[in-house]
Amino acid sequence: MSIKRVYPREEYCMGCRLCEVACITVHSESGDTIKAYKKEFPREPSRIWFEEKKPECFSFMCRHCDEPDCLEACISGAITKDSETGIVTIDEDICVGCWSCIMACPYGALKKKVRKDNKMVSTKCDLCIGRGVNPACVQACPNRALVFK
Amino acid sequence: MITIIGNSVAAIGAIEAIRRVDKEIPITVISKEPYIAYGRPVISDFLKGKAKEEKLLSYRRQGFYEKNNVKLILNEEIISIEPKKKKVIAKSGNEYTYKKLLIATGGVPFIPPFKGKDLKNVYTFTTLDDTKKLMEISKSIKKAVIIGGGLIGLKAAEGLHAQGVKVSIVELMDRILSLAFDKVAGSIVENRMTDVGIDIYTEASTEEILDDGTGSVRGIRLKGDREIEGDIVVIAIGVVPNAPFAKSAGIEMNRGILVDEHMETNIKDIYAAGDVAEAKQFLYEQKMLLPIWPDAYKQGRVAGYNMVGVERIYEGGLSMNSIELFGISTISAGVHTPQNHEGYEFLSDLREKQYRYRKIVLKNNKVVGFIFVGDIDRAGIYVGLIRDKVDVSTFKDKLLKKDFGFIDLPYELRQERFWKRFLEVKDAACFESVCPQYTPEYTLSDSEVIDGE
Repeated sequence: MSIKRVYPREEYCMGCRLCEVACITVHSESGDTIKAYKKEFPREPSRIWFEEKKPECFSFMCRHCDEPDCLEACISGAITKDSETGIVTIDEDICVGCWSCIMACPYGALKKKVRKDNKMVSTKCDLCIGRGVNPACVQACPNRALVFK
Repeated sequence: MITIIGNSVAAIGAIEAIRRVDKEIPITVISKEPYIAYGRPVISDFLKGKAKEEKLLSYRRQGFYEKNNVKLILNEEIISIEPKKKKVIAKSGNEYTYKKLLIATGGVPFIPPFKGKDLKNVYTFTTLDDTKKLMEISKSIKKAVIIGGGLIGLKAAEGLHAQGVKVSIVELMDRILSLAFDKVAGSIVENRMTDVGIDIYTEASTEEILDDGTGSVRGIRLKGDREIEGDIVVIAIGVVPNAPFAKSAGIEMNRGILVDEHMETNIKDIYAAGDVAEAKQFLYEQKMLLPIWPDAYKQGRVAGYNMVGVERIYEGGLSMNSIELFGISTISAGVHTPQNHEGYEFLSDLREKQYRYRKIVLKNNKVVGFIFVGDIDRAGIYVGLIRDKVDVSTFKDKLLKKDFGFIDLPYELRQERFWKRFLEVKDAACFESVCPQYTPEYTLSDSEVIDGE
């Protein structure tokens, strides 16, 4: 199984953070940037980790590992890997917010998220599954610093 | 045909590994519990009233056993193994044959020979059934004493507290969670628990569970004759490997069933994984028990692959715990509190009022352990540094940064994590064709990256 991933090319990243805007928008309830930022609370977190120490910067997210440490550590079974697509996702309804995945992931890919119902869950990149062909971050990057391959 | 005794995470890890390579080989899973595999640690959320039973039982989705072509036998306790005849025998008298056997029977609560341990209202807290009993009794009691301030004890405390029970915890060591915490982290969480009204007694040795005169408990007596009242007592000192059938079968045991790096025991075709097994460690030379969830899965997976003839080596267990108590998140891993400080270097940042603490332990300029309290973001990156044995001397000063990340790693190290682990160099060179109109001076394809093609 060869899964496509989003690879950061930090030499091309200029730190505009449009990938985060796209990520937040595409995962928001409305799918609308202004609404996602101004009307929806708590705001959907970006599933991308943008890091910067000028002039170096890049965006980085889940590697959708072949044998995901997060999945092994998950005590509730919320994390699954699709046997066809290889995409690793979290079922927020099953997640109990134990943060074992945050402990286990060597890529630091997971984040805490507060849901509308105030439940705390883990969240991470889902490669925009079911939301179009290309991940939104890749489409949004004006400098092609993110490659989906 | 493969037979697995036990039906928790190590068994699941084995099943998932086996079915990745062999869809046909018959698998039988035998469990003494009446449930499909459940998220065992989630029993604490169940006790708190935060998770329902259905949620526990959705550890693997509905139809998991059918989909994976696994025959599941519940309510069946295996009491002996006959390696020569390649069969296991249940308490019910039923016998099951195997070609390869995986022992994944986990642990059982350790109960010291206290006087009064068999009284009514003495409980343990490791299974769903235990939890149901505790939930039931918690409705009609006011006070509980928990013997043991480890993970299980504290989680029982949190759950019972949420049910409105006044909880006292009795811990033998000088701090709670002595395996996962140092003294500083222990006291931060202790203060928080005391604030919410839980009584914690450290360096307190239980002598006896007291009888109220009717055969039920009324509390405990500590060394020094101090008594602590409780309508129930929960014994949560720890778990011990659950393998009463091993010795008579000739399976070599220390504290747990000893396994090699294939998770195979001294008897051919018998494997063990999870809390019942004693396997190689990542940071230590000797084999040790490591009763934690992620490693049980890993061990099960290694056993599963090897049982169907795909060689896999267990890289060694690394202790790690993610524990959230009364709203404080904590993660610790590796050697965080070495007994002898020689050769170790300690970095720490304590903000007690904010319930925040970070401590990182280095040896020979490599991270070997850490404790994070309060702020646990990206703790896994540090686990990765331990596993990869990364020399951190060039970025040691960055390790305690609140937002420590890959930006603080040298360029080469992060490139390795970003793509080199996943792609061939020629694939990466293809990146360049994605935007041919733009050629910065400093690119991914310069120097040794292209040379290495």
